[in-house]
Amino acid sequence: MSATFLRIDDLYKSYGPKLVLDNIDLAVDKGELCTVVGPSGCGKSTLLRQILGEEQPDAGTVKLEGVEVGHPDTRRGIVFQRYSLFPHLTVLGNVLLGPRLTQGPVARWRRRRELREEAMEYLTRMRLAEHAHKYPHELSGGMQQRVAIAQAMILKPQVLMMDEPFGALDPDTREAMQVLLLQLWEQQRMTVFFVTHDLEEAVFLGTRILVLSQYYQDDRGESAGVARGAKIVADYQLPRSAVATDVKRSPEFTELVARIRREGFSPDIRRHVNEFNLKHPDSFRTLTAEECRTPT
Amino acid sequence: MPGTPRVWGIHARPGNGLRWVLAVVPFLLLALVYGIASDLRHRDNPSDKLLPTPAQMVAAVDRMAFTEDARTGSYLMLRDTLASLRRLGIGLLAAAVVGLWLGLNMGLFPGFQALGGGFVTFVSMIPPLAVLPILFITLGVDELAKVALIFIGIAPVITRDILGTVRRLPREQVTKALTLGASELALAYRVVLPQVWPRLIEAVRLSLGAAWLFLIAAEAIAANEGLGYRIFLVRRYLAMDVILPYVLWITALGFGIDALLRLALRRFFPWYSPAEKP
Repeated sequence: MSATFLRIDDLYKSYGPKLVLDNIDLAVDKGELCTVVGPSGCGKSTLLRQILGEEQPDAGTVKLEGVEVGHPDTRRGIVFQRYSLFPHLTVLGNVLLGPRLTQGPVARWRRRRELREEAMEYLTRMRLAEHAHKYPHELSGGMQQRVAIAQAMILKPQVLMMDEPFGALDPDTREAMQVLLLQLWEQQRMTVFFVTHDLEEAVFLGTRILVLSQYYQDDRGESAGVARGAKIVADYQLPRSAVATDVKRSPEFTELVARIRREGFSPDIRRHVNEFNLKHPDSFRTLTAEECRTPT
Repeated sequence: MPGTPRVWGIHARPGNGLRWVLAVVPFLLLALVYGIASDLRHRDNPSDKLLPTPAQMVAAVDRMAFTEDARTGSYLMLRDTLASLRRLGIGLLAAAVVGLWLGLNMGLFPGFQALGGGFVTFVSMIPPLAVLPILFITLGVDELAKVALIFIGIAPVITRDILGTVRRLPREQVTKALTLGASELALAYRVVLPQVWPRLIEAVRLSLGAAWLFLIAAEAIAANEGLGYRIFLVRRYLAMDVILPYVLWITALGFGIDALLRLALRRFFPWYSPAEKP
């Protein structure tokens, strides 16, 4: 039986004539650190935007704990690659914005000290306490993303969505941020939906990895009217053993990365929908009769 | 570096002192040309009025600014300045408030944009000076018509400037604010508005020149005090010795207001740097 925490059924999304997401089914369990990878332009961010509610799907449903998601709200937190912070607020102000916006004026004033302490606690955990009164433009890219994570986490959203959050950082900062994110996840066991184009990052971070790709084949034929978009072509459970970055050099790690690269990233190797590697226990899908004429 | 020129060419690096000297040169040239021309004319005709000598202008300023007017008992230049600044201030303030509100809402809410977009574009295409007679006829020749002219001329410009600023805010910010629990009103007034303030100050700075133009045009036609009124009044007597100092004074006022706004920008919005904006 599939998990019902975050559930997507038969989701389609196109931009104009181009079909991007093609009959996506997905169930993610609570507490999962779910990473999404795929070749560029495959629709990873589009998928994230459907869950976030920034865009509405053409067909299909996205449900969070059984309720359709609708427009963006506090059930989902978001960290973007850029523009997550408000330039006119200090670091502390940015982190306090959520608590301030979600409380009435009276409670906001009565609990102001308490809110401030909570925000400072998050900043301390992010090793940013001494920068609390700086403005975002005075911070480095890695520090800005740490503020953005604290800003989203302080409201304890049901799902923390991350769209290439470390994509603009240099390799060292990036690795440090990955370790930090894992530590936070171990402490809080929050549900994370993490989109990245960096396969190693996805394998290193995730407890589950979804590969979204337009490189596959099915039984719909090649006639002109057939629009094909990206599907989830692989879905693995990943062992979560250590936080150490040494794992990245182990043979199992490199072997898995190479395999996923073959399965999802190569236009020359196209597996049939029946041959997808959907090994995760929560994995499920409903293919249409046209997509697969030979039932499995 | 050897061979770096000080003034000429694209590699020139004029030092700080030299920069000041260079900046002063055109002013000195203008003063020099004026001085020679004025001197030549006065040698020809000692009662020439077109190019008054500096001494004549000083005397005129002394008469206008530092001597009580015999008829009204007030200092004319001060009275003119206060009257003009009051009209300018009220007109600009009204234009800024309305432009800010319209631009903010039109930039954020598509329905509001659909409602007001066409109308604001229409109003901004009307040449304000062409409606000046209408204003005088309908609002009378008192203060209201002059303030209204400034308002009509400036408000559409500020509206469109603020609208553009709100539109250029990254879409991510709106999504982010919503996930942090902002209602639509909170988004407009607690997230977007504070980011628009500095741009409003910039927009007002850029509109100052146009605002002076409208003010002086309105005062020239019907007023009984004001800097523009005085210039056009004494023009009848070819009193260049009054007109020239007044023009310099208006320039100085504009310069001062601009400097004040720039100071406010730096003082109150330390996070804002126009250089970073695309």
